[in-house]
Amino acid sequence: MAEARDYRAIGTRPVRPDGVDKVTGRANFGADMTLPNMIHGKVLRSPHAHARIKSIDASRALQLPGVYAVISGADFPSGAEGEISGEGGGTVSDLAKNIMARDKALYHGHAVAAVAAKTAFLAESALELIDVDYEVLPPVLDVDTAMADGAPLVDEHQRTGGGQGDAPSNIAAITKFERGDPEAGFAAADVVVEGAYRVPTAHQGYIEPHACTATLDEEGRATVWCCTQGHFDVRSMTAGVLGKSVGEIKVIPSEIGGGFGGKTVIYLEPLAVKLSELTGRPVKMVMSREEVFRATGPTSASHCRVKVGAKRDGTITAATAWLAYEAGAFPGAPVGPGCMSVFAPYDLDNFRIEGFDVLVNKPKAAAYRAPGAPQSLHAMESTIDELARKLGMDPIDLRLANCADEGTHAPYGPTFPPIGIKKCLEAAKAHPNYTTPKAEGTGRGIAAGFWFNIGMQSSAEVRLSEDGTVTVMEGSPDIGGSRASMCLMAAETLGVPYNIVRAHVGDTESTGFCNVTGGSRTTFATGLAVVQACEDIIAECKQRAAMTWDIDADQVDWTDGEAVPKPGVNIDVAPLSLADIAGNAGRTGGPILGRASLNAQGAGASFSVNFADVTVDRETGKVDVLNFTAIQDAGTAIHPAYVEGQMQGGAVQGLGWALNEEYVYDNNGVMENAGFLDYRIPVASDMPMIDTQIIEVPNPSHPYGVRGVGETPIVAPLAVTSNAVSDALGFRISDLPLSPPSVLAAIDAHDEA
Amino acid sequence: MSKVHVVTNVNGEPREMLCEPQQSLLEVLRDELGMTGTKEGCATGDCGACSVMLNGRLVCSCLTLGVEAEGADITTIEGIAEGSQLHPVQRKFLEHAALQCGICTPGFIVATKALLDRNPNPDETTIRYWLAGNLCRCTGYDKIIRAVQDAATELAHEA
Amino acid sequence: MARVVFPEHLLQHTGGTREIEVQASNYRGIVRAVDKQWPGIEQVLIKSAVAIDGQIYQDAWLEPIREDSEIFFMQRIEGG
Repeated sequence: MAEARDYRAIGTRPVRPDGVDKVTGRANFGADMTLPNMIHGKVLRSPHAHARIKSIDASRALQLPGVYAVISGADFPSGAEGEISGEGGGTVSDLAKNIMARDKALYHGHAVAAVAAKTAFLAESALELIDVDYEVLPPVLDVDTAMADGAPLVDEHQRTGGGQGDAPSNIAAITKFERGDPEAGFAAADVVVEGAYRVPTAHQGYIEPHACTATLDEEGRATVWCCTQGHFDVRSMTAGVLGKSVGEIKVIPSEIGGGFGGKTVIYLEPLAVKLSELTGRPVKMVMSREEVFRATGPTSASHCRVKVGAKRDGTITAATAWLAYEAGAFPGAPVGPGCMSVFAPYDLDNFRIEGFDVLVNKPKAAAYRAPGAPQSLHAMESTIDELARKLGMDPIDLRLANCADEGTHAPYGPTFPPIGIKKCLEAAKAHPNYTTPKAEGTGRGIAAGFWFNIGMQSSAEVRLSEDGTVTVMEGSPDIGGSRASMCLMAAETLGVPYNIVRAHVGDTESTGFCNVTGGSRTTFATGLAVVQACEDIIAECKQRAAMTWDIDADQVDWTDGEAVPKPGVNIDVAPLSLADIAGNAGRTGGPILGRASLNAQGAGASFSVNFADVTVDRETGKVDVLNFTAIQDAGTAIHPAYVEGQMQGGAVQGLGWALNEEYVYDNNGVMENAGFLDYRIPVASDMPMIDTQIIEVPNPSHPYGVRGVGETPIVAPLAVTSNAVSDALGFRISDLPLSPPSVLAAIDAHDEA
Repeated sequence: MSKVHVVTNVNGEPREMLCEPQQSLLEVLRDELGMTGTKEGCATGDCGACSVMLNGRLVCSCLTLGVEAEGADITTIEGIAEGSQLHPVQRKFLEHAALQCGICTPGFIVATKALLDRNPNPDETTIRYWLAGNLCRCTGYDKIIRAVQDAATELAHEA
Repeated sequence: MARVVFPEHLLQHTGGTREIEVQASNYRGIVRAVDKQWPGIEQVLIKSAVAIDGQIYQDAWLEPIREDSEIFFMQRIEGG
């Protein structure tokens, strides 16, 4: 199973099935829904980063003609129970309080009330007429302050998980991993390197703001249209917050304009349903860009300390990592996966990892592409780069001397099955962009990346039309071309041309349960369901052919999209194609459909190696990326163009985080750059072409060897940039972003010293 | 506030509408005319998802008032294809996998057509600077730039 | 006997024990045996992922265990 083989459909680059709708403007995204009689909802947000809500008076707003309803925390059931999926988990109760503040506003932009009115403009005007009486409290705005004794408490009821006593604390949880004897390892080292690294809060930066439209009928059944990475999770989370059963809620996913993890959680849907319930009308809610920045999940800012010891020959003898991540206002920073990633590319005998999940008065962190890994691996890969410098070794050789491989006992527990880190390092070393010496005056940086990848639950149904064309129905929102990958895997399995297969994303009532599109699971897990559903079709087709030929089904083979008698079966018949069998289905037992539902296990880890050349303008501090090379193990690339697209897009997101992106807060916890002008994501003129090389070490747990690729690409670029800038300057700047002001300040400080 | 009667021309067709004075052209196109192909990403002119042509000039429709459309010729993403034939720019975006989620794609296609209409043979730097007002968070721009280059080559051959 | 290893976050439930040996033919048997030793830990284990002989399972309920299997409980991973 899953060794490299020749495929007919897999590995080709056809146009995606939903493509034409997306280049003509016909595709419907979250904000494109309109219903008869629809009204509009808007959210009032806290002007304070930390404040007790003493009272909310909506009477003036409700007097405004055209205002239909105002809701606040008191309109929602208290004591919601259960846990939600997502990085670091979390409870429905916290989710509910994040969607609408109860007794305290916990960050600037936290929802405190919502209005439904005839127009969005009117709803916005009504917000100004809601009177909220706040008792302003001191905010806690970074991990170091939050972890210090005597810090103001974000949540007076928070205790530290992991048995750290019973005093309230901003530290929600501590994670530890340890192996061997790190102290002895450091004692045996010839060289020890250590450093502290800060990575700022960044936003996923999807171009489509959150949007939804909801209606509630007279029987209390809700229908929600929204842009999401997982409509089944929207259903369960909305039900949890509203105290409804999932059976009372139908969620219809629109096309989704980017998510990167940020649309695995919900913000608006329960508010829209509640407003619809109160007004008897469909309610549409669309966030502004400013709201997206202030109130939706950014990623965790982090403070990481890493120490690595090695022998003269480069053998690492010990490593330690101390990682503190901002969770935002509720527990659940992705520090667990940060800890599990930090040493993942390496084979280490002695290490200690400690991670801290820390509450601060900022929006609750949401998943962002390989959640937790970019921060911790930025620290580790920067430290490895420093170690290579100290040892006078090529940074690839140093990594090759220590890299994990099949059989390595991963730092987070298990033994690695076949993995691709070594092949990625060897490919980097042989790559023409690496063998070409860097130009005079430039700096080169290299780093490794990693993500576990996940499986989880997926369903798929494959239906044959009477002319043999194929419909695939599944429940994973298509965020980057996954319909094309599903069609390719179905075409490959059935042995039919790609262009007779169409994949569709069904709503919660027209297809079986699927977890979110995230964690690089869709091509792996939903793909597995599609392959199994196609195998179901093949089994049925063989049965129908056997019946037609009056032989046993086990005497029939399925070859190149046709049923044929097995070799040695003595019968003179023409092969039956999928179209022949489908056309005859009515006579042979009725319509043919295949289905599969599964909880996919055995997702394969995806490693990467990236490198780049940069220049640093010493007058302005501006860093220019001259070239960037991304090498990654995809297992098998089903649609190589979309695999490259994930690698290129993730690389540029990582470069943006490294070079410019950060939440800038004032002392009161107010974000000062809540717009695309001041929160500057990369634009076309900032970037070079992103060269890609796909490595294929097939995942033994998938029939076509898929690992999943979407998460890993964002991880390495942070340290690549730090390492390249350090190489160019001749000294290290540990903290991100390497924006012109901070680089210039570092150059000035270095020149003075 | 009383509404303003506006007569305009969208994708070659005369249209009449009532707009509120504060409504942007983007809101009017989407909410009054039901043309939702033009997208809102920021409403502050930073992302380019709402790009349209106004009297032959590329504009952010979120920064243009609906009432400014009076007597104007507007081209939106819905007017780029010719009948049932995709414009070469649209076809090249598909062939190069130059879109992932697709929310920025209408804006990029309108902006690219505007570029190629005035400069049929732009170099990579020109393309990158022309499209610097259109944000894409998925692709890293690589495949978009290649699609634009390929579309330019094809259009040059057609001409 | 299968080798069962507990990560740091489970040590508070095992009184600091990092590793035990368990006789079981499937994952359910492992969980039952561990819960018998430390009553109540099952509720935590079912929220954990587990690696059985290097393969990571978010939900391993159906998995068989070999005589010499290595079982690592670990935190769940999801992703963006």
